[in-house]
Formats: sequence, C-alpha cells, structure tokens
Amino acid sequence: MDPPTPPEPREPEAPSPARRGRGSSAVQTLLAFGALIAMVVVFSIASPNFLQFDNIVGILLATTVNGVLALGVTFVIIAGGIDLSIGTVMSLSAVMAGIVITSWQLPIPLGIAVGLATGAAAGTVNGIVIARLKLPPFIVTLGMLKVASGLALVVSGLRPIYFTDTPSFNEIAMGSIVARLVPSLEIPNLVLFLLGAALVAGFALNRTILGRYTFALGSNEEATRLSGVPVVGWKIAVYAVSGLFAGLAGLLMAARLDSAQPSLGFGYELEAIAAAVIGGTSLRGGEGTILGTVIGAFLISILTNGLRILSVSQEWQNVVIGVIVVVAVYLDIVLRRTQQRP
Amino acid sequence: MKTRPILWIVAMFAVLFAGRTAHAEPYIPVISKGFQHQFWQAVKLGAEKAARELKVRITFEGPENESQVDKQLEMLQAALAKKPQAICFAALDSKAAIPLLKKAQAAKIPVVGFDSGVDSDIPVATAATDNVAAAGFAADKMAELIGDQGEVAVVVHDQTSRTGIDRRDGFVNRIKTKHPRITVVDVQYGGGDHLKSTDLAKAMLQAHPGLKGIFGANEGSAIGVVNAVKELKKQGKVVVIGYDAGKLQKDAVRSGLMAGAISQDPVGIGYKCVEAAVKATKGEPVSKTIDTGYKWYDKTNIDSADLKPLLYD
Repeated sequence: MDPPTPPEPREPEAPSPARRGRGSSAVQTLLAFGALIAMVVVFSIASPNFLQFDNIVGILLATTVNGVLALGVTFVIIAGGIDLSIGTVMSLSAVMAGIVITSWQLPIPLGIAVGLATGAAAGTVNGIVIARLKLPPFIVTLGMLKVASGLALVVSGLRPIYFTDTPSFNEIAMGSIVARLVPSLEIPNLVLFLLGAALVAGFALNRTILGRYTFALGSNEEATRLSGVPVVGWKIAVYAVSGLFAGLAGLLMAARLDSAQPSLGFGYELEAIAAAVIGGTSLRGGEGTILGTVIGAFLISILTNGLRILSVSQEWQNVVIGVIVVVAVYLDIVLRRTQQRP
Repeated sequence: MKTRPILWIVAMFAVLFAGRTAHAEPYIPVISKGFQHQFWQAVKLGAEKAARELKVRITFEGPENESQVDKQLEMLQAALAKKPQAICFAALDSKAAIPLLKKAQAAKIPVVGFDSGVDSDIPVATAATDNVAAAGFAADKMAELIGDQGEVAVVVHDQTSRTGIDRRDGFVNRIKTKHPRITVVDVQYGGGDHLKSTDLAKAMLQAHPGLKGIFGANEGSAIGVVNAVKELKKQGKVVVIGYDAGKLQKDAVRSGLMAGAISQDPVGIGYKCVEAAVKATKGEPVSKTIDTGYKWYDKTNIDSADLKPLLYD
C-alpha cells in the first residue's frame, strides 16, 4: 500500500489558477449558450407570442435584478464561499436609498451612493466574520439574511417606501436612452445596467488582482495563504463585492417598481445562486465565468417566461423549472468529470 | 459531448405537449396577490367554475407571497404578451402595475379588478367584498351580543391597505352612529401576525378590564384575540368576533371561543370577476363595483351547505 500522500491541490499553480478553470468553463459556457438558443427556438415555435418585442423586453427586465445578484455571488462562489444574504441585503439597500431620497429628501445620487454603500457594508461585515472569526459562510450569511431583513422592516417602518415625489428615480431605470437614439426600440435603461454590471464584473474577474485572488482562494486557499497572499483581506473584499452587487440590484429593483419593498428578498438568493451554477460556476469553488452566469440568469428567466406564455399551470411551472435546474447542473458535473479525466 | 442541448430540446418538446391545446375560446388570465394561501385557492375555484360555465379559458396565477411585487409584474407582462381577451387582476402594488395596465387599455383589453383590485380608474369593474358594510354588520352583531352597551376594542391588520382601513372604519363608524351606548376604547394594529396580535389584545384586555368585546379584522388578528382571551381566561366574558375563515378560526367558532365571524365569498369573488371579464369582452355593460357579499357564521350555521364552500381551511 502506498504511504499516504498529502492531498494534491486541484490547481497546482497558485499565481494563475484561472487558466485551467477557464478552459473547461469555456466549453460549458458554450453549451449553456447553445441550450439558451435551443430554448428560444423551441418557445418561439410553440407560441407566436414569445418572440414579440414587448415580451423580449419583459424577459430582459425580468433577468436584470437576478442577473446583477448572480454576478456578485459568482465572485463569492468562485472563491469557495456562499452568500445567502444577497436577497435581503438587496431589500435593505433599496430601503436605505428610499429613506435618503424620500424621507430626508436628499439628492438622488446621494441615495444611490447610500444604497450601494449599504450593500458593500453588509458584504464587508459578512467577510470580516467569515475570514477573521472563521465561521462557516453558510451560517454567517444566513444570519445576515435575517439581520438585513429585520433592519429593512425597522428602517422602513414595515411599509413600502414610495418614490412618487421623485419621478426621476424611476426614469433612470424605466426611461430609455436607446429609444432616443433609435425611436422604435423602447428598451428600458434597466437592461443597460445589467450589461454594464456584467462588463464591470467580467473585467474585475478576468483582468484584476481581485479576480485572480478570487480564483486562487477558491482553488486552494491554503496554498494561496502560504504564497504570502493576505487571504483574510481578499476574502473580505470578495464578500464586499457580492454585497455591492446586491446593493445595486436593490437600487435597480426600487427604480423599476418605483418603491422599496422591505419584505421582498427571501428566496432571491437561491435564484441568483442557481443562475451562477447553471452558468458553470462550481459550488466547490475555483471555477466560473461571468458570461456563464449571465447565460444562466437568462436561462432561468427565459424558461419561466416561456412556461408562462405556454400557460403551463403555475404548480407545474415550479416542477419543470426545478427539474431542469437540477438536470442542467448534473450535466455540468458530468461534463466536468469527463473533461478532467487524466 | 453534445447531449446537453439535445436533452434541453427533448425536455422542451415534452413541455410543449403539456402546453399545447386548441385555443379557440377566449383566454382570460387571472392574476391574484398570492397563490398558496387558501383564500386565493378558493378564489381560484370560483374563477374555474365561471370559466367552465362561460366556456372561456383561464390561467390562475399569483406570486408565492404578497411582497413579490416584481414577480407579479412579470406575470402580468407575460399574460399581456399572450394577447388575452380580458385580464382579471388584484394588484399587490397599484402604482407599479399601472404602466402595464395602461398598455392593456391601449390594446383594448378590458381589465377587471378583484379583491383589493387596482387603485386606478383603468379597471372597468371590480369584484370585491364591501368591507365597510361587512364590518358594519359585525358591529351590529357585536352590539347584539353585548346588550348594546359597554366597551369594545378592535385589532386590525394594518392602517395602509384598503381592507384594513375599510374594515376598521366600517366597524367603528357603525358603532358611533347606530350604537351610541357602546364605546370603542382602543384600535390597535398587529400586521395580521398571530403572535403580535395576541400580545396586543392581551395588553388591551389588561388596560380595560371592563372590555366586553373585541373585533379582529382579519384572520391573523382574530386568532390573536382568541389566544389572548384564552390565556387571560376570559372566555365567556369577552365577545370575540372575527373575519375570514381558516382552520383556527373555524375551530374557535365551533368551540364557542369566538362568537362568530364574517366570511367573505372568495369563491364568489373569483366567479364574479371572470363573469364580468367575459361580459366586458362581449361589449355588454358591467357595473363598476360588484359587491360579492359577505356572510355571518357562528356555531349554528358553520357547517351548513351554503357556507361550506366559503369557509376555506
């Protein structure tokens, strides 16, 4: 019998672990994209109402909030953690922005800054407790989920905060810069925010040190730490990013609904995590792409919309979506195993 | 390994067969404020009954809980994309829904509100309970049961929703105008939460030891009052009147802890909404407000045949 060997790190080169992860992720992303196209084709054939301009805009709108949440949580999952608090932190950020803009009547940009700061702060707290106190991310972010939802209710006084006195806030999201350039394309600005957020996230993940260390943490935290990288600091940064994106999602949601709804948010974290995982982000850490996450988010919203267009009864909608999510992730794992066979 | 896209396509075709039927009849989506709560399931029964009798196709949908305003908007948007003949809608947030409802109006799709409806003049009709009248009836019953004089109190779910405001005002104003020898000593808001309402009601009972009756304006509030009366051992000394149904309330009525309650007609709400929508598609006149009525139930009639479908669990 061989003497026990120390467990081999999955990614032997700590400085650039993203290389191999990106390779197999790229194929998965391609397949996810293929599945997306296939779904669009199938639904278009099934119903003439699916590929209408208004419906496509509807799908884009429906994907935005979940997409932004998923972008943020992708970082955390790649780094080997999890963030269950993004749903309620989203609502808390919206409520904080609401208070600043409506109750304190301060200018909208300040409200936006406060909303983003709330999200980032919540993420930072998560990161500090996880990285310094070394508590499991699941429990810590679950605790933050509760704290954030409670705070949202406290700050808002248990009712929604309406932005009716400041119509420009809603305009930011639902106005259409695109329509001003091309008059017939009434695409709300909200969608542009998703695009922008995805570009920023992609840049951060692939071209900055933050991105590098995110992959490093997820692939082999121990080796990264031994290489002299300040792991605690970077972990906190990763969770702060997730919180920041949750804050952005909250602002987008509030702008779209023209109100901050304090009791909303439960369950949104699961949908965001599902989008990331379907898109190829591995829950074990070390692998994932922004493009994949975006595709994953679209897969979920296209599927949901398509089922609604086909008038599949609501109970069965949930069954179908659940089954397909599991099948997608299963195929992902099978694919990864066949690719990594030495 | 190209199995994944193929598997998707196969799964999609399976879904297709599930969704494909001949769509010759008019289609009316019914979008409610919630889906799983038994009240909405009762509304669904009524809507489906009307759909069968009037030969239209409906889908009944609603978000998983009443705070998911965005999910309800997405359902409304998908419903509009299917070019329905009419839409039945109960807005979680009227303001958020107005842009989409304006689109429906522009496309000549009549919108019929139900339950709390939509706070706008876009709906051509709204099928709902006249909460003011129903709460007023509860006030009359309360007066009857406490001998038309004494102190009473009210526990409401909130002071911002239409139903909260209407039920509170309906009760309080009726007492003021028709039963001047009764005083409403306190009105408190428990958010419809059982626990909070229980603590509230207990505090009320302790602050007003001569309290003769308490009205709970929705299921959660009423259960809270019942709990408080039980815990302070005041059964038989305080008259409790509730609202809506639900298993706990029904049990309380059967056991005598609750003197009786007002039941809405959720089945009727669903039925009358679809009925009005069909009328609207045919161009027939509909009345702007459709009062779906309410019923009083107590130990004597709780198991009667006409009340059974209304009293959901």
